[in-house]
Amino acid sequence: MEVGIVSYGAYVPRYRITPQEIGRVWGSDGEAMSKGLMIYSKSVPAPDEDVITISTEAARNMMKRVPEVDPKDIGALYVGSESHPYAVKPSGTIVAEAIGCSPNMTVADYEFACKAGTAAIQTCMGMVGSGMIKYGVAIGADTSQGAPGDPLEYSASSGGASFLIGAKDVIAVINHTSSFTTDTPDFWRREGQEYPSHGGRFTGEPAYFKHITSAAKLVLKNMNSKPTDYQYAVFHQPNGKFPQRVAKMLGFTDKQIEVGLLTPHIGNTYSGAVPLGLSAVLDVAQPGERIFVVAYGSGAGADGFDITITDKISRFNRPAAPLVSYYIQEKKVIDYATYAKFRGKIRIKEEVA
Amino acid sequence: MATARFWRENPSRYNLKAIRCGNCGKVFFPPRAVCSVCHRKSIGKMECMNLKGEGEVYSFTVVHEAPSQLEMLKPYVVVMVKMDEGVMLTSQLLDTDPQEVKIGMRVRTTLRRIGEDGAGGVIYYGYKFAPIKA
Amino acid sequence: MREVAVIGIGGTKFGELWDTSFRDLGMQAGLAAVADAKLAAEDIDALYVGNMSAGRFIEQEHVAALIADYSGLARDHIPATRIEAAGASGGLAFRQGYLAVASGMHDIVVVGGAEKMTDVGDVLATEIQSSAADQQWEVVFGATLAALFAMIARRHMHEFGTTREQIAQVAVKNHKHGALNPNAQFQREIDLSTVLKAPWVAEPLGVFDCAPLSDGAAAVVLCSMDRARSYTTKPVRIIASTQASDTLALHSRTSITSFPATQVAAQKAFRLARKTPDQVQVAEVHDNFTIAEILAIEDLGFFPKGQGGKATMDGETTLGGKVVVNPSGGLKARGFPFGATGVAQVVELVQQLRGEAGKRQVPDASLGLAQNTGGTGATVVVSLLEVA
Repeated sequence: MEVGIVSYGAYVPRYRITPQEIGRVWGSDGEAMSKGLMIYSKSVPAPDEDVITISTEAARNMMKRVPEVDPKDIGALYVGSESHPYAVKPSGTIVAEAIGCSPNMTVADYEFACKAGTAAIQTCMGMVGSGMIKYGVAIGADTSQGAPGDPLEYSASSGGASFLIGAKDVIAVINHTSSFTTDTPDFWRREGQEYPSHGGRFTGEPAYFKHITSAAKLVLKNMNSKPTDYQYAVFHQPNGKFPQRVAKMLGFTDKQIEVGLLTPHIGNTYSGAVPLGLSAVLDVAQPGERIFVVAYGSGAGADGFDITITDKISRFNRPAAPLVSYYIQEKKVIDYATYAKFRGKIRIKEEVA
Repeated sequence: MATARFWRENPSRYNLKAIRCGNCGKVFFPPRAVCSVCHRKSIGKMECMNLKGEGEVYSFTVVHEAPSQLEMLKPYVVVMVKMDEGVMLTSQLLDTDPQEVKIGMRVRTTLRRIGEDGAGGVIYYGYKFAPIKA
Repeated sequence: MREVAVIGIGGTKFGELWDTSFRDLGMQAGLAAVADAKLAAEDIDALYVGNMSAGRFIEQEHVAALIADYSGLARDHIPATRIEAAGASGGLAFRQGYLAVASGMHDIVVVGGAEKMTDVGDVLATEIQSSAADQQWEVVFGATLAALFAMIARRHMHEFGTTREQIAQVAVKNHKHGALNPNAQFQREIDLSTVLKAPWVAEPLGVFDCAPLSDGAAAVVLCSMDRARSYTTKPVRIIASTQASDTLALHSRTSITSFPATQVAAQKAFRLARKTPDQVQVAEVHDNFTIAEILAIEDLGFFPKGQGGKATMDGETTLGGKVVVNPSGGLKARGFPFGATGVAQVVELVQQLRGEAGKRQVPDASLGLAQNTGGTGATVVVSLLEVA
């Protein structure tokens, strides 16, 4: 059985704020931050958007491309995020109802910093591959926030993508997945805390780089492949620079990571980052092309994938939903005050009847 | 807490569940038990369906004095939309400069937060409209 | 069915009445009407009270019993009934009182309308007002009642070329009338540019296109025509009181530039009374928003559909014009306590028909019309009164 991606869909909110604007308010050199992080703007959700609405739009885009798939044949749906609207009550049940696949199916929400979405893909692969379900939906989406004035504020952004995993009419076969997981506290948020904390430079070498390179090497070893075998590579992208560095460390080129590197334009969409990067590649990939994917989640773990595009993609109805490039271009720049208002950073008066 | 009152309407609020009279073909949203044109002749003949989600703007306004739940979004655009199935819906129009809203423009539905029972309460989701880009 | 007359009228000033409670309002208006009819409490057979939302404004339901109690009528254990149809509550209460006497069931009936709206904040008051629309499918999606009327205005402008200036002129005219009414909430004239430059509420309606929030009460006494002259030298005959309903949500209509409920109720009223619209000299119509008056004067048959704006701008609906509309100042200038308005409209007509309207007297007024609306026209009641 060839298990893989049957369809996919993406969504990125249209508002943007620039590092220069954030720096202006906090008395930091926003221009320097922008250059240092290689981020030109980040996406901001409207007050009426959240992980549930983003996941729903992405999942609906995914379904629009495969009208022949009956939503009732979806046996499982998982939403991975670190900004689920409820601390207790799954996002997935609302998304499942909104795409018409409930009630005879299973749902759970995932959490593993930025790799919750790829963990969902792995689960769906197992459930489809074992014959338990016909189709599974794996979504990675976030409306992440950084504390005001903190370096993370320059990058934490919003967006998501959804994948329909199945074994029939697959447009991209997932040949293999390997993961590398350890207990590494590089980035965390305690219950009740408004904003996450991070270990500063500890988030680099012992966290991001160690886990991505380890998972990557596992994939290459298990697939007996080398970087030049792949036309595209998508790495987790907390800023524009880390993926360039890890690509170089592993032997991948800037050209290979170019299509899937979205953070410079929309910021770090956390659980949405690798799913969106992969979606951007699927928007242009041709039959026979091969994609190398490694997601990273703080805490820490990395999920690696080896993917080959099938010739089914030539008949795949991509234009039925907007491409990632459409969402990147559809933008409205806002100032810090509007951003703070949208993101609930301004203390609002408690309503009095 | 109005949890059940909102939950009950989710099929129509999420997926535009509507109903068509099997006797005269008129579509109703939200669904109702009897056709208001055919009355008794429609009993047992009402057919459930979901609206496709596309239509054109019939009228619009920009709301400046907002109810407490919508303070964050004001000024916001409210539209009455004639859906392709003939039935008309009322909701907000997103992503459009108020000066650019035109009677007749094509729009589609999208799921957004429409309210909540306070910061600790249930969140309500429902349809809003967005322009259909050419 | 016997003929019914209005033999007594009374009402409070409308406005922000901080010192007056709901029960005081009802009682004051009722006592004034009963005194005007020169009646004693034991003469009254039944009480009808129009009230939209005392439950949300003052957390009090069961208000007919409350007003019967505080006006001393509960002593005689008369039937007391509360009627609700949003802004048409008063008009409906009037019609129910009329039916009670016309049917022969009761001989002398007091009809009152009262609302106390300023005991809550503005935001809540506006939300309560919006509960006249479809809560589940209009309001929850962000459509306030003002937004719905704004969309009606936009469509009227689109279909007939009605201008913002013509719509705004309704407010200018009604303030001019209100300045002549000592009971009006606003007794100050305003000019067109004030209306046009006012802050937006829901475009194209601004603050001056919308009736205010008000406290107030009004009451009338009804009795059969054959006994009316034992109470008053100037009885006013009710020659028709009709009512019509329509879909609750505006989006369920086939057109939003007219209110079929107004058209149906009016046509029926004129037919029953054997009168035509051009015989009416004075009318009190429901201008909760300026555009509502334009729809009303078209739907009632005073002016052709689409011409209401022009007629208003040309002065056809003020003193000296074809039919004087809202000489009291209307909801806009006189004030709009939701449940009281329908009854206050009748009070004004009776004053006009008795020749007691002072500076705002319509010369030779002999036939008057009251039109009272709930929500966006889901309920409309039309009453025709003439000098007996």
